[in-house]
Amino acid sequence: MKQEKSMTETVYRQYRAQERVRTFWVRLTQFSLLALFFALWEAAARLQWIDGLLFSSPSRVAQLLLEKWQDGTLLVHIRVTLWETVVGFVLGTLLGTAIAALIWWSPFLSRVLDPYIVVLNALPKVALGPLFIVALGPGVLAIIATTLSLTVIITILVVYTSFREVDPNYVKVVRIFGGNRRAVFVKAILPASYPTIVSTLKVNVGLSWVGVIVGEFLVSKEGLGYLIIYGFQVFNFTLVIGSVLIIAIAAALMYQAVAYLEKRLVSHRL
Amino acid sequence: MTAIELAGVSHVFVNEKGAFLALRDIDLRVRRGEFVSLIGPSGCGKTTLLSLISGLLVPTSGTVTAFGEPVGGPSGAPKVGYMLQQDYLFPWRSIFANAAFGLEMLGRLDGKGKQAVSELLAELGLAAHAERYPHQLSGGMRQRVALARTLATEPDILLLDEPFSALDYQTKLQLEDLVWETLKSRGKTALLVTHDITEAIAMSDRIVVLEPNPGRIRSEVEVPDAIRQAVPFSARERAGFQELFHTLWKHFEDMEAGGEGGRAR
Repeated sequence: MKQEKSMTETVYRQYRAQERVRTFWVRLTQFSLLALFFALWEAAARLQWIDGLLFSSPSRVAQLLLEKWQDGTLLVHIRVTLWETVVGFVLGTLLGTAIAALIWWSPFLSRVLDPYIVVLNALPKVALGPLFIVALGPGVLAIIATTLSLTVIITILVVYTSFREVDPNYVKVVRIFGGNRRAVFVKAILPASYPTIVSTLKVNVGLSWVGVIVGEFLVSKEGLGYLIIYGFQVFNFTLVIGSVLIIAIAAALMYQAVAYLEKRLVSHRL
Repeated sequence: MTAIELAGVSHVFVNEKGAFLALRDIDLRVRRGEFVSLIGPSGCGKTTLLSLISGLLVPTSGTVTAFGEPVGGPSGAPKVGYMLQQDYLFPWRSIFANAAFGLEMLGRLDGKGKQAVSELLAELGLAAHAERYPHQLSGGMRQRVALARTLATEPDILLLDEPFSALDYQTKLQLEDLVWETLKSRGKTALLVTHDITEAIAMSDRIVVLEPNPGRIRSEVEVPDAIRQAVPFSARERAGFQELFHTLWKHFEDMEAGGEGGRAR
């Protein structure tokens, strides 16, 4: 008995040790790749293998970002863009889910709207950008509208499909106890689709970034998208590259945060 | 006293491809406290029959009454409980919340209701698992939770739609005994749908054999007292069990032969 226990423990310890070694090598390689990339870039710029005016260099980007951080303007731009993005994916998910619920509620409406949703889904939504600017004015509203046009349609499609694919036996359980259509939705359909809705949130983070950056390209006076287009216009590519780096980091962090939230929210399910 | 009565019940299903007759002219009476099994090959409308009695479906013609009242009416608490082939516990609810679901739906989950659910879980050997979630339990335990959920609303009639079919053999035998004892001790009326002839004989007072295409009653068999009074597990060893099995088996063989003959024509 004791012998058995020590044997399993040994095997497990060995397994853990191997796993740690593997993880170490993966992390080391990941870090080296990144360091190598920046080192090569810096070297290429200094040795003038690439045009420093167009492709800048890590040191110049870092210096510019530091300056912008110290004078406080970078934080303002980051804040504006983050705010628009969060509003875009949260509102998009909520609105999309609400419309999906409405369509689930009325099979008639579902059949009526079907071709329109198909067309809207196929349409590249950023093409609507100029129309939003005309309709809502050149400001935050137009940016958020552009973002919502990206997130809402896909949310409707995914969430509605999830509503329809809920095991009919769960619906039967609710109806056995005298539940009406409303009870079926609240007690079975919605909670069963909850993981899908939360994972849609994750997809919408990515789409929301696209919508916000395109929206800022078109109209804004501030935000990271604005910095990119401004840098492009005044031929300051250090600013363009710096902004792209900030976006990459912010988008990755936001995605991780939502992924963590998803794990927490759907913890005790299969 | 008659618990369930079906009079001249026929049911037609319809979809884009057409309509077909699922049940034809069913007349069936179940007395209060009686345990009746419905057996028959697939396609004989067993599940449809249960859906009609539970009020989930309305018959195309004929009447279905429970204790003299039409089923599915707005008379408040359902008198009919329904157990499905699988437990269909909600994975996002704890075991307690699942067992309490029926009472919650009926707006009766007050202090007394919660107490009743706890007692029921304890009686079915699930007290220690009340705060766990369905995926942490075995199939047999989950089906016991489903039984608790059904019994909590105190229905007078229980409809059992092959509730043991998804379980392994040992669990199935144990659960048969548990369900049988629980229903007998409470004097419930039960209607069991099953594919398993031995299960039907071991559990019931009376067996109704259904015939497919369209679903109709072929014959009814009373189970001898000696078998009826034993718990299902030991009922299988009582005298007369094998004879009854062969009688019912013969029905299935004849139906199969008849069906093939029909197709050959």
